[in-house]
Amino acid sequence: MAETTTDRKPGMTVKPPGGGGLGATGWLRWGWRTLTSMRTALVLLFLFAIGSIPGSLIPQRGVADDMVAKHFRDNPELSTWLDRLWLYDVFQAPWFAAIYLLLFLSLVGCVIPRTGVHLKELRRKPPAAPRNLGRLPHHASFTAATSVEEVASRLRKRRFRVATGPGWVAGEKGFLRESGNLLFHISLLGLLFAVGAGSLYGYRGNVLLVEGDGFSNTVAAYDRYLPGVQVSAESLSPFSFTLKEFQATYIVEGRQRGQALDFEADLRVTDEPGGPERDFKLKVNEPLDSGGTMTYLLGNGYAPSFTVTDGKGQVAFDGPVPCLTADKATFASECVIKVPDAEPEDLGFLIRFLPTSVKMKDGTYASAFPAQINPEVEVWAFSGDLGMDNGTPQSVYELNSDKLKPLLMQGKPVVGHGVAPKSVDAAPKAPAGEQAAPLQVGQSLDLPGGAGKITFTGVKEWVTLQTTYDPGRLPALIASVLAVAGLVLSLSIRRRRVWVRLTEAKEGDATVVEVGGLTRTEGGDAAFAGEFDDIVRALGARPAENAGDTDAHE
Amino acid sequence: MPTSEVDFGLAALSDQLILGAVLLYVLAMIGYALELAFATRRVNQAKQGKRRVLVGAGGAEDESVAAEAAGGEAKHGWALRAGTAGLVVGWLGWAANLAAILTRGLAVDRWPWGNMYEFVVAMCFAAVTAFLIMQIRFPVRFLGAFVFVAAMLGLGFAVRYLHVQAGPVVPALDTYWVAIHVSAAILASGLFILAGVAGVLFLIRKDGLSRLPTRAELERVAHRAILVAFPVWTFAIIAGALWADRAWGRYWGWDPKEVWSFITWIGYAAYLHAWTTAGWKGKKATIVQLVAFAALMFNLFGVNIFIGGLHSYADVG
Ligand code: HEM
Repeated sequence: MAETTTDRKPGMTVKPPGGGGLGATGWLRWGWRTLTSMRTALVLLFLFAIGSIPGSLIPQRGVADDMVAKHFRDNPELSTWLDRLWLYDVFQAPWFAAIYLLLFLSLVGCVIPRTGVHLKELRRKPPAAPRNLGRLPHHASFTAATSVEEVASRLRKRRFRVATGPGWVAGEKGFLRESGNLLFHISLLGLLFAVGAGSLYGYRGNVLLVEGDGFSNTVAAYDRYLPGVQVSAESLSPFSFTLKEFQATYIVEGRQRGQALDFEADLRVTDEPGGPERDFKLKVNEPLDSGGTMTYLLGNGYAPSFTVTDGKGQVAFDGPVPCLTADKATFASECVIKVPDAEPEDLGFLIRFLPTSVKMKDGTYASAFPAQINPEVEVWAFSGDLGMDNGTPQSVYELNSDKLKPLLMQGKPVVGHGVAPKSVDAAPKAPAGEQAAPLQVGQSLDLPGGAGKITFTGVKEWVTLQTTYDPGRLPALIASVLAVAGLVLSLSIRRRRVWVRLTEAKEGDATVVEVGGLTRTEGGDAAFAGEFDDIVRALGARPAENAGDTDAHE
Repeated sequence: MPTSEVDFGLAALSDQLILGAVLLYVLAMIGYALELAFATRRVNQAKQGKRRVLVGAGGAEDESVAAEAAGGEAKHGWALRAGTAGLVVGWLGWAANLAAILTRGLAVDRWPWGNMYEFVVAMCFAAVTAFLIMQIRFPVRFLGAFVFVAAMLGLGFAVRYLHVQAGPVVPALDTYWVAIHVSAAILASGLFILAGVAGVLFLIRKDGLSRLPTRAELERVAHRAILVAFPVWTFAIIAGALWADRAWGRYWGWDPKEVWSFITWIGYAAYLHAWTTAGWKGKKATIVQLVAFAALMFNLFGVNIFIGGLHSYADVG
């Protein structure tokens, strides 16, 4: 802003000039002045903060999609309205963007003129001494043998900027306050650019890997891929790795039994095609850095392996099946196997995986611990048309069993994944005896009616990884560190002026030295008092002489 | 690799030390309260006090300390002694609080701020430390009773509602970033609490004769505390962003905790801003400060307990 509040009365607002006949340029100028005024900046600042509140109270898309979906289910009418106001995407909302763009426009309009003013001030000499130094808030006088040059050099030694005249010296310091203030505001602008650059030129991708799987950094390899506008598929840094092994360690005893202690994924990494391989231990706070692209360990779970033989005796499925973790504390998990290649009919399975399976009093089975101590699975089998060739996309974690024929049910029904309760009722109960118990590794289950066989062959673990490339992160860090540095300067440094007037003493050859001090920062007087005493002493006063006279206003 | 070994003897000692600290804080509060209740009253308005003419800045100060103008009557000796005793007992409570934090840390062999309980205990400690240090350099004894009430309530709440047994933390918290980010947040919060206590008193205090400190004194304490706390808070947020970059793959993602620390930051920035530039002082500035303080408290309790988000490691007992 052109006028700083120092030269404008508080409470005064910028008024549109003139009466009725105000031209377009007049209005533009008025608009710009209003926008770049302190008051507008403060209002925008508050709006910015208040605008982010709904984003923390209402679930946001991309952060909590399932919660958003739940909102829509529970309150269809209200949520449609909230959605119209972008309240599920607050931080992408046009109104939110409007606030911060205006704020930063205001910032630019403020910083540019102020920088000019400041540069001019840096070159200006301190103003001459006022007539009556005794009326300044800090004041002292004493006699000593000294001269204008002497006083000036002592003040310079204390890093004052000094001007002299006949019989007076003026000193000023604390310009770093405004420099810091400007640095702060310019850094905020830099921060905005860094964040913007990061979202334009960066990308983020998520992928799930089972032990033994490989990953190479291409768009197709991701389960979810969110590129910035300026990212092309070729610009992805060409690293790849294999997930050799994943280990989770848990607390075994006590109140916190089952709480995770450590996660570690052993990777074999190649930074560029044909390059040397290296081992890397990926941990929660220790991402993999390959050429500035970071890969993070986000989550983990189980992928039991199965072999499915169909009614014709052919192996129709063989491999690990990543399961969704149904209970985070015990890692009881739910999995879906779809076998569209099975003959004569498609086969589908719902599996409950229990890493540490124990039999409960009521005869059901549950998991008692997150690690795999006694891994077992309960199987539900279905046959019929899985509908996988009609082209409609399906989730690999859901089996729509409505149109399927239940073949076999073990244990408690799996709730959740697309199993309608009516098919549960229709399901034939598992024959009593051995088959009702869950399968252990190596065991098989024959499907009724010669439909085939399923074998539980082993247990692997999976991890979810996130890969991020954000070229704005380092600039953003630098900008925010500079902002803090600027802030500390502008909050801690006081702008202060000292004037000294020297007059011949009536008798003897001593000089009467009068010193006046002023700090331009409100509330700074108390803190300045001590420094002022030091200055007075440095100019040659003996302690006893100036003790009673220096006064701060308290 | 982290261990799950916990020294239960030390952990139990820590729990006892906390109870000791609460008790000592109560006693300190009583001492200070006695001093406050039976010592000289202070005049809020400067009408009969001497008032200096100030040149330039600072002239807007509408209230000045005029305690000495109220007749200069001697304080009751025993009231003063009660205050001094409060100070001594306060230091003892501080030592117990510190010892409780240290023993807890030693018991679990990690930084002792891994859950809400530990965090609140450390925050109360920071607030008391800020007060005790400030009263060495500045005449802020009058705040003692209120700071110790706050510390006692905070510790009491932590013991009653948040306490969890000492133990290891989840892998996400098993890193030196806790020491950097959380320590800064604790330190800043402690100072903000001090400012908040002064702010509330400022609003309660009526004009005229009162046993409460003058508004100018209260305002100065609050301003000083926020001046120190704000850069620390800023550092805490930046360190948090750095950590988020290591742990979650982005430095800013508008997680509820991030949103509210940002709101808090804006609130205190607005307070400092208004104080220097817009000339907002007194009641208006204090209200801004307390709004920011409310955001701070909501971030601590509201977000952890009601909202959650990525930050929900708090392990609310
Ligand atoms: C994100 C937005 C902003 C933030 C966080 C912010 C924060 C701050 C802070 C913390 C200070 C230091 C206060 C002090 O010196 O005691 C300050 C000073 C200042 N700000 Fe801002 N500000 C913002 C936007 C603006 C804008 C848009 C303007 C101009 C239109 C502005 C004008 C000023 C001025 C003039 C000062 C100088 C105070 C002094 O005289 O020392 N600020 N700002």
